[in-house]
Order: sequence, then C-alpha cells, then structure tokens
Amino acid sequence: MVPTSYYILLSALLFTFGVVGVITRRNALVLFMSVELMLNSANLALVTFAMARQDVAGQIVVFFVIVVAAAEVAVGLALLVAIFRTKRTTDVDEINALRG
Amino acid sequence: MELIIFLITAAVAIVGAAAMLLSPNAIHSAIFLLINFVAISVLYVLLYAPFLFAIQLIVYAGAIIVLFLFVVMLLGAERAEDARERFAWQRPLGLTLAATLLGLIGYIALRGPAPEATATVADQQFASPERIAEALFTTYLLPFEITAFLLLAAVIGVVVLHMSGVLRPET
Repeated sequence: MVPTSYYILLSALLFTFGVVGVITRRNALVLFMSVELMLNSANLALVTFAMARQDVAGQIVVFFVIVVAAAEVAVGLALLVAIFRTKRTTDVDEINALRG
Repeated sequence: MELIIFLITAAVAIVGAAAMLLSPNAIHSAIFLLINFVAISVLYVLLYAPFLFAIQLIVYAGAIIVLFLFVVMLLGAERAEDARERFAWQRPLGLTLAATLLGLIGYIALRGPAPEATATVADQQFASPERIAEALFTTYLLPFEITAFLLLAAVIGVVVLHMSGVLRPET
C-alpha cells in the first residue's frame, strides 16, 4: 500500500513546477498550462485525502474543480485570442497597455 | 506491486511536468502536459477513484488539451520565446522562492498529524460511481445545479468575447 505522504509529496512537487512555470515562462499559453498543472496537483491531494479518510466528499470537490477549470480554460483562451487579435503577440511582457 | 506502479507513474508525471516547463515550443508543452494528465489519471485509479479517472481523461486529456493545441496552432504561438530577459534578476529569485515553497509544503506534509491507517482495511468501493452519484444528487445538489449556470456563463462569455472582436470595425 502506498503511504499517503508519498502522494502529498508528489502533489507538492507538481504544484511547485506549476508555480515555476507561471513565474519564469512568458508565453501566455504556457502560463495557462502551468495553472492547469497546479489545479491538477491540488486535485491529486484532495483525492488522496478522500482516500485516507474514506470520505466521498473530497472527490465531489475535485469534480467541481474540474468543471471550473474547464470553464476557466474556455474563457481564458477566448481572452487570449481576443488579445492576440489586437496585439499580435502572446508574450505577457509585450501586453503592457495599462502600464503607467 | 502497487508501490512499483506508483513510483513509475509518479516518475512519468514529474518528467512530463518538467519537460512542459523546459520545452521552448508551446505545442510540445501541451503534449507533455497531456502525458502528465494521463499519469495523474492512473494515480486516481490507484486511489480507488474510477469516476474521476474517467472524468480526468475525458475533460482534461480530451477537451482541455485539444482546446490548448487548437489555440496554439491558431495563433501560431509555437515559436520559441526570445531569450532576451527584461528583468534578469527575476528568474533566480523566482526559482529560489519556488524552492522555498516546495520545502515548506514538504515539511508541513511530513510533520503534520500522521494520516490514519489507510486502505489495508479500506472499503475499495467507497467512491464507486454509484456512491458519487448519490452524494452529488442529494447532499451536493445545489452546487451541482450552480455548475450548470457556471458553464452557461462561460459559454455566453466566450461568445461575447468573440462578438466584440467581430463587430469592432478597425480590427
């Protein structure tokens, strides 16, 4: 049987990869993918705790997180396409129209 | 046996995530993210979550990755970022902060209250699709209905975003 802490450590590692992606990459699409990675690692931790506590509620929360993630990706990518139409770039350093 | 499967799957997930970060091409990033999602769905099977295994494959590995690939190819954003760095000090600082975060999470995860005895005595059917459906349509019925409104709002939002681009004459 795999100990719970192994899953939590894997989840922490994947979350850190997502954070590094958001911090260091500048392609807005890769930023979105890193956010998805973070959501997935949080889901993994939730499912792990649902298993450890034998409670189905944790998996219900994961179901709702997946629904919200799907909606977020659809709206976010539509925003990116709209930005690309006017700015012709997906580099977040170039999107600085609000800079003071 | 289960531990071996876990270690292999965890290695695949970590390699997929790391390769997603390091690959300069956004299409390769999406494919590596797909590998990571599939590995996580295998972990869901190990955690006795068959319903989430199916949902993960259909929604994440299916719909979301396809959407990503479609937009990457539509925008032609797959070319490499230029190496020029506007704030050179940001990258080492970000990596240091991320390493600190990992250390903190790991420390808290390992020193926290010992997780109660798992699964040798566990009911492997505790999250069968029937149980999930029962909880979803009784205890969590209101949140479930709200997700329908959330998806509707997302659909309308996407259509509105597209319309504003079409109706504006100068774009």
